[in-house]
Amino acid sequence: MIHVLFFASIREQLQTGKLSIELDADGITVAGSASIGLSVSTVEQLIAYLASTYDQSWLPVLSADNVIKAVNQQVVDKNFIISDGDEVAFFPPVTGG
Amino acid sequence: MNKSLPNSAITIRVQAADFDVNAEQKNLRELTRSVGAIVSFVGLVRDINDAVSVSSMELEHYPGMTERTIKDIADKANQRWSLLGITVIHRIGALAPTDQIVLVAVSSLHRGDAFQACEYIMDFLKTNAPFWKKEKTSEGERWVDARVTDKKAEQRWHQ
Repeated sequence: MIHVLFFASIREQLQTGKLSIELDADGITVAGSASIGLSVSTVEQLIAYLASTYDQSWLPVLSADNVIKAVNQQVVDKNFIISDGDEVAFFPPVTGG
Repeated sequence: MNKSLPNSAITIRVQAADFDVNAEQKNLRELTRSVGAIVSFVGLVRDINDAVSVSSMELEHYPGMTERTIKDIADKANQRWSLLGITVIHRIGALAPTDQIVLVAVSSLHRGDAFQACEYIMDFLKTNAPFWKKEKTSEGERWVDARVTDKKAEQRWHQ
């Protein structure tokens, strides 16, 4: 299981705050996709998976250059490899303080 | 160099409630009798931002990551300067102009360390801690944009 979180303007654009994804042995496989399947291991592949599963409009939102990706609450880049049990978050540049 | 303050000397809180700067400074004063300086920064909600009138704002955060990020920043400040105590309090939820948003208070033997560490912590908090402000303005609601000047303020510490 991977836990995915969205915050602030990204949460609003996707109209989703969090969701969970079941992993199988080969990573995540998109149900009903082409026979080769789509196996997810990196953050970038997770974005493609989410877009194909939930809504294609998610792809440009989550792929935008300024979107910050965090795995287990540490900022990572799109090539970071996700493991089972990870918490993956997407959020815009921060504006606290 | 691997200095570490006892955990009791680092206080990090994310809360909806307001905070009392005097009470927080008193806590820092009472940590140790060798304290010679406390520098405190308090960030406030302005009634105007980018020339638009702001009536209120909502502060959202990423529970867990915010506290972890601020603790990491405090630890780095503690490595860099000789400090006796660090207190960071950041509010979330609905806030109005003149409300306090954030407190960074740092104590040390002499003022130089506290002055610099306070600004360092605030600069990194601004650019790294996962908080987001949504303003209610005379032109409707809007998410506040990150500022290039904040990124530059952080980057000067890397030089």
